[in-house]
Amino acid sequence: MTAKEKRALEINACKVRMGVIEGTYAAKSGHPGGSLSSADLFTYLYFQELNIDPAQPDKPDRDRFVLSKGHCAPGLYAALALRGFFPWEDLKTLRHIGSHLQGHPNMRSTPGVDMSTGSLGQGVSAACGMALAAKLQGSPCRVYTLLGDGEIEEGQVWEAFMFAHHYKLDNLRVIIDNNGLQIDGPVEQVMSSYPILDKLAAFGFETVEIDGHDFDALEGAFAQAETVKGKPFAILMKTTKGKGVSFMEDQVGWHGKAPNQEQYEIAMAELKARLAELEAD
Amino acid sequence: MADVKKIATRMGYGAALKELGALHDNIVVFDADLAGSTQTATFGKAFPGRHFNCGIAEGNMMAVAAGAAAMGMVAFASSFAMFAAGRAYEQVRNSIGYTQLNVKIGASHGGISVGEDGASHQCLEDYALMRSIPGMVVMSPADEVEARAMVKAAYEHQGPVYMRFGRSPVPVFHDEAAFRFEIGKGEVMREGTDIAIIANGLLVAEAVEAGELLAAQGISARIINMATVKPLDEALVLKAAEECGRILTCEEHSVIGGLGDAVCSLLSEKRPTPVRRIGTPDVFGHSGPAAELLRQFGLCGPCIAQAALDFVRG
Repeated sequence: MTAKEKRALEINACKVRMGVIEGTYAAKSGHPGGSLSSADLFTYLYFQELNIDPAQPDKPDRDRFVLSKGHCAPGLYAALALRGFFPWEDLKTLRHIGSHLQGHPNMRSTPGVDMSTGSLGQGVSAACGMALAAKLQGSPCRVYTLLGDGEIEEGQVWEAFMFAHHYKLDNLRVIIDNNGLQIDGPVEQVMSSYPILDKLAAFGFETVEIDGHDFDALEGAFAQAETVKGKPFAILMKTTKGKGVSFMEDQVGWHGKAPNQEQYEIAMAELKARLAELEAD
Repeated sequence: MADVKKIATRMGYGAALKELGALHDNIVVFDADLAGSTQTATFGKAFPGRHFNCGIAEGNMMAVAAGAAAMGMVAFASSFAMFAAGRAYEQVRNSIGYTQLNVKIGASHGGISVGEDGASHQCLEDYALMRSIPGMVVMSPADEVEARAMVKAAYEHQGPVYMRFGRSPVPVFHDEAAFRFEIGKGEVMREGTDIAIIANGLLVAEAVEAGELLAAQGISARIINMATVKPLDEALVLKAAEECGRILTCEEHSVIGGLGDAVCSLLSEKRPTPVRRIGTPDVFGHSGPAAELLRQFGLCGPCIAQAALDFVRG
């Protein structure tokens, strides 16, 4: 990608992060930590990678995205709003009664959400079903799914990985957000899911490990995915939980907690400064 | 019904899937290493490109089926009732129920008549579990003809469906040419006014036998096949309550949460009527030949007749 394209992505990612803060602040709950660690991925997918059209959210041959780690809905919603699936102002209704923005993604209420998720480990299975169906239908649709490094402690995830390899789902892209933290603490202390890459390889995936905050690396990984035939592809994305908001970075306490007014103002000020910096040069 | 041919309802499931597969390209069938038992292998043999074994991983299978349905396919997912409704309950609830996706769960080997495999495999809770999911249609056919018609109706229905089939051969008493199946509609097998016996699954044939035994004793029993547990045919139940004054429910399921509870819930609110429930009590089953287990748990024609007699004579 050109420097200009990369800068546009960085600007959008900063806005997505602002959307995460706006949403969780308005909701007084939600999951900012993982939403922020995945914000660059959401931005890359919705502004660069996915074949989607906000004017036709149900376009049959569109690419699908399944947020298997459904609690990071604030990040997905911010990316969808920024991309034009629904008004940005809707983010402030997150988790409110009557809002189409449910605490976890609901395909029946939110334009652009391809699968209802939230109960960990199920989204990746649904993504496998989508990839299989796309093959049966002769559709060019590619299916992307994002999991957490804590989520992969669910046994069902490995059932799904077995399935993806067995049925040679080369139209599936599994992305794991390795921010190293889950609700109760560091992944290696709660229940180590490591070594993740080795396990994925043993389950028959072509794998790559990248910095999940580097757009060039994301571009390279998804380009590599296009070349893999006859087996599924997985990206292990090293990230920082809470990325972009100084006091949230790498803090387990920000997994599922909303900022109070003071914290909201500090976070927004940081992100606005970052945005101004990006837009300046 | 001694001279009537006997076929397990699961055979009807496999046969109907094969018929539907020939008519519709959008059907995809999933199984979890029980294709020979659930009978989805019948479909798989005819349409190998649309039959997918998920291995012994029922939770994954249910969500995979949901994903396929999200792409516009009509997905059938099969295992034993114990694993389809029990083990994969939460996947069914969240990935199929909450999403309202077009997944049809074909659960075989339901009830105590699984027999020798014992309590671990005798699912007596599936109606209760599946009824509690908003929007889920819950059904069980009485014979092989009804099973085939039910599977076709499930295909046409928009949204999630749970169907329970049996392992053991049961009498085929429906006339295929004349039979019409409709989701949510019960079927009066015999008219009567002293008591209404509402049954489903393999207990319909037993209830019909009970009706004959009762008639010999001068008791006029209305026999109803309530293949759809949810949505319940409320009009038919209320009419039976009004005209017969007593209801006896019969199901191969725990008395907790199944057909009997559905009937009681309706009647307690809309037309309080004495009801007795035949089903398994609040206990686990155990190993044994199906026919002997059914008798032991009071799930047989003469047992139903005796319960009805006690009820009527108070």
